[in-house]
Amino acid sequence: MLPTDPLPDAEAQCRQLAELIRPLLPNDPVLVGIYSGGAWIAERLGELLGLDQEIGLIDVSFYRDDFAEKGLHPQVKPTLIPFEIEGRHIVLVDDVLYTGRTTRAAINELFDYGRPASVSLAVLADRGGRELPVAATWQVWAVELAPEQSLVLEKQEQGQLAWRLENA
Amino acid sequence: MHNPQLNANGELTHLLSTEGLPRAIMTQILDTAASFMEVSAREVKKVPLLRGKSVFNLFFENSTRTRTTFEIAAKRLSADVINLDIGRSSTAKGETLLDTIDNLCAMHANLFVVRHASSGAPYLIAEHLRRIGRDDIHVVNAGDGRHAHPTQGLLDMYTIRHYKQDFSNLRVAIVGDILHSRVARSDIHALTTLGVPEVRAIGPETLLPKHLDKLGVHVFHDMAEGLRDCDVVIMLRLQNERMNGALLPSAGEYFRHYGLTPQKLALAKPDAIVMHPGPMNRGVEIHSAVADGPQAVILPQVTFGIAVRMAVMSIVAGN
Repeated sequence: MLPTDPLPDAEAQCRQLAELIRPLLPNDPVLVGIYSGGAWIAERLGELLGLDQEIGLIDVSFYRDDFAEKGLHPQVKPTLIPFEIEGRHIVLVDDVLYTGRTTRAAINELFDYGRPASVSLAVLADRGGRELPVAATWQVWAVELAPEQSLVLEKQEQGQLAWRLENA
Repeated sequence: MHNPQLNANGELTHLLSTEGLPRAIMTQILDTAASFMEVSAREVKKVPLLRGKSVFNLFFENSTRTRTTFEIAAKRLSADVINLDIGRSSTAKGETLLDTIDNLCAMHANLFVVRHASSGAPYLIAEHLRRIGRDDIHVVNAGDGRHAHPTQGLLDMYTIRHYKQDFSNLRVAIVGDILHSRVARSDIHALTTLGVPEVRAIGPETLLPKHLDKLGVHVFHDMAEGLRDCDVVIMLRLQNERMNGALLPSAGEYFRHYGLTPQKLALAKPDAIVMHPGPMNRGVEIHSAVADGPQAVILPQVTFGIAVRMAVMSIVAGN
């Protein structure tokens, strides 16, 4: 469906996403958020699910497939994985699933840390337009956008997460 | 003015000198290096950024350590590294520098890391590449004559930022043979650009260039006076050949005046850090008690140097 004005409440979507993930809890999963939106969501999910384990943060700049065209992203953040990946159930978290290329890069990066038992993907929004065989394990919002539009998750002054629609 | 290090979009395409390097680009290099520090701490110390690219190490002047750190950096970016021992090959047979470059371009080189005894050699190569329309090939200066050693300058800045957080309140002293030091020149330009309010040069008159004050540097001939209340002390290597050139009486005499001993270091701030680009001459410019002491950050400099070189190569190769 087309995005409506106002855009959905991202905080409420985080709570819905947490409920979708909850059945995985007996597997003792760890969350890895993709900068920057996914990192904020992973932080929320960690609180909502009451996970003890610190969340991991991933910046896929060193693994992107568009380096030859675009060069290195000017603001690379350090990837932080404060736990052993080997044998763990990883929940990769991102704000928007689009082409699937970021997910591909993130999975490649994860595997440089070890061999996880499983990797699932949790996203708030799925806007279609896939260029790779990637699908979200959990998503709360399927949204159709024009190619020139982009959906951006922001952290507002009080730390609240909110959507913004950009027209290029 | 045309800046040969930047492309038409103002992005870094060659790293030739810290002089004229915009502050924003320096900061980008330091920030990117911080992310590469994390990569070097992993089990798999490699990212696929420069996969399939060929990095040629062209060392017309010997330097095993610098060459090795560039080689490690390129390999951690997944590039293929070719080390050319130029002194013993084509140049010895009479080939000109630019003929060597043309041949390596024909071998599909993507990036040249150049160390040369003549100041300006990396500029000459960058200019040549521009003239023949090869803006897809990049040059990183790994030290040219007395002119510049920008990756050393930037790794020194990374080290200072790591220990002192920011540059805006620092007093930094550079001690020794500044006249012949490309490291000192690269440090001075970088420190000034990054906003260090007080840069000092300490050394005997014969080893300090004239007109340092025009770069905003405060000159001291007395070590005790120069070190007072400094936050950072950068020691330079005293090259042995200077002793023969009548610039200095003897190594012992030099050490007495300008060697960094625990007593002299005590005049700097208690939390001052001591840096050295290596290789050190213990007992000539630095006392072992300082070199191995708690304020020395000389080995961390080496580790930071790999991350900084990874950052530089990945930024230029992408632009």
